[in-house]
Amino acid sequence: MNAENTPVVPDGVSELDVIGVRQGSFNIAGSGDTSGFGGLVSPIVMPGPSERPYGGWFDEVADEIELSLQARNLPAASVIEKVVVDRGEITFFVHRHHLVEFARVLRDEPGLRFEMCMGVNGVHYPEDAGRELHACYPFLSITHNRRIRVEVTAPDADPHIPSIVGVYPSNDWHERETWDFFGIVFDGHPSLTRIEMPDDWAGHPQRKDYPLGGIPVEYKGATIPAPDNRRAYN
Amino acid sequence: MSNVTYTSVETPGEDIYAGSYETTEGTIYNLAGGDWDTIAAAPEGEKERIVVNMGPQHPSTHGVLRLILELDGETVTDARCGIGYLHTGIEKNMEFRTWVQGVTFVTRMDYLTPFFNEAAYCLAVEKLLGITEQIPERASVIRVLMMELNRVSSHLVALATGGMELGALTAMTFGFRERELVLDLFEMVTGLRMNSAFIRPGGVAQDLPADGEKAIRDTLPLLRKRMKDTADLLIDNAIWMGRTVDVGYLDLQGCMALGITGPVLRSAGLPHDLRKSQPYCGYETYEFDVPTQTSCDAYGRFLIRIAEMHESLKIVEQCLDRLAPGPVMVEDKKIAWPAQLAIGADGQGNSTEHIKHIMSESMEALIHHFKLVTEGFTVPPGQAYAAVESPRGELGAHVVSAGGTRPYRVHFRDPSFNNLQATAAMSEGAMVADVIAAVASIDPVMGGVDR
Repeated sequence: MNAENTPVVPDGVSELDVIGVRQGSFNIAGSGDTSGFGGLVSPIVMPGPSERPYGGWFDEVADEIELSLQARNLPAASVIEKVVVDRGEITFFVHRHHLVEFARVLRDEPGLRFEMCMGVNGVHYPEDAGRELHACYPFLSITHNRRIRVEVTAPDADPHIPSIVGVYPSNDWHERETWDFFGIVFDGHPSLTRIEMPDDWAGHPQRKDYPLGGIPVEYKGATIPAPDNRRAYN
Repeated sequence: MSNVTYTSVETPGEDIYAGSYETTEGTIYNLAGGDWDTIAAAPEGEKERIVVNMGPQHPSTHGVLRLILELDGETVTDARCGIGYLHTGIEKNMEFRTWVQGVTFVTRMDYLTPFFNEAAYCLAVEKLLGITEQIPERASVIRVLMMELNRVSSHLVALATGGMELGALTAMTFGFRERELVLDLFEMVTGLRMNSAFIRPGGVAQDLPADGEKAIRDTLPLLRKRMKDTADLLIDNAIWMGRTVDVGYLDLQGCMALGITGPVLRSAGLPHDLRKSQPYCGYETYEFDVPTQTSCDAYGRFLIRIAEMHESLKIVEQCLDRLAPGPVMVEDKKIAWPAQLAIGADGQGNSTEHIKHIMSESMEALIHHFKLVTEGFTVPPGQAYAAVESPRGELGAHVVSAGGTRPYRVHFRDPSFNNLQATAAMSEGAMVADVIAAVASIDPVMGGVDR
């Protein structure tokens, strides 16, 4: 990318919410595309942080979390990076060092009572510098009938996130799966081994830099490339 | 051969499993192994450990599940699961296909509950698109109808395979026979018995066939009667109770700690059901009960499944009663899949009416058809989590979009995957035979576990 087509981050958008750049209209470069669409460059902006009031019970949960953190001598600002309310869901971005304490607050505070953690899911944003690996934890409170999401980020260079298996034992396999597929090391997990891929597998298949694989298919003289090498819209 | 002389070079300290002999024609290695006493002698003071590897190819492990059991006599002291034998990379593959094509993948995950997989995925995509409120009433009713029929077919397989694994072969033949009735309905409505890719973002692929409502209604009495036969066969059956009562015990505390949902959680007495607590597809408007048991055991889960099937049929009847004519896809032509399928002389394909419309009536319709089929629609950046109550518990879809025509990341929180973690808690301290009953009562489907 040269300086000429460096994408302009739109006004009012934090660089933190830009997770990548879309170039062109098709998935591949150098195909001799003369439509002009190949030169398109646009930033990919995820929904940005929300300001209070968040609406509905979101504020109650946020208040309760802040009070509980304060009671544990943790100022909310040092624990919660940002809060995103989007599409009727609330997401707390939490600094990874405070994740375990945060999970304990969610589980134990009577006003929160998130009895269940519905696992963890990795997402790899290779262009989100310094925050390439995201881990998303959906929480469910049966008592209050509420759902929230907690998101934690880690850089590719230091892919460590503390394990919350000690707080939510149900996350045992989920964390193993996320290690298996994304290479996120969950520190403190009782036995962080591969779960879906064979034990001697090299690489972490669901990262964006891991190819899909596949072989070209030949039919009646024409060759169809593997799915990740096909010309397609992006 | 008389000139061959055997000289034993077996010396202490050499490989006891493969001693060798020198002959005039060279060294001969003896691979017969050593004396069992010298091989198996345990070091002083250490108890004998027997580790049994059960599966992955085993008729009673409920699929390609590998159980690693440590035994003391016939008592299981340690139970661990080995999974991953059915991993197909569905989540990764979906990142290389359009949003609509994703349905074709997810329907194959938990192959006993295709409609739930599709519904969870489509609800998440619709949330991302912001069209949840625009899904036509008829589409939602058909979704509920198919999901509830699917719950019946899935529970029937749970009874059938669970019965087979415990030796009740008639339960298996009954269960699969009744399931066939439901699969016939699926075939009539979607064209396929399984993997139907019927629920699509925005609605369903096509309307019920003309005689669909009647065919479903006509099947219900037979299904009810036969389900009663299967239940009667097992409910008071002394052998069945002997194998399942107080087996696979997991109380509410254990369920909560391990994140267990579905019939296993309800067998511990908690009436948690997403259809009631966080309704989707209009479930709040249907009348049904959430059966629970307090026995925390495999027998309780069996009773819950029987009761749930009857509740599902109640919902199916309500669906049939409220089916009003109307569209089955959102109105937004930028999202709605354009094709209308029909059975032609040469098999199934686009209806002649649709082809006439795009080829000779409307230029825009042709453009939309072409763009939607080749490029697909784009979804604004963001992430969403949608959960449905599958027959096994909470099936959640976490879908991330980066604004493209293809998902950036899709992850499924499959209930089988999560619930299988309870195997150790349910079976350690029990007999080997009870492990089978415990796993069968979780009812994991390995296609969903491994995805």
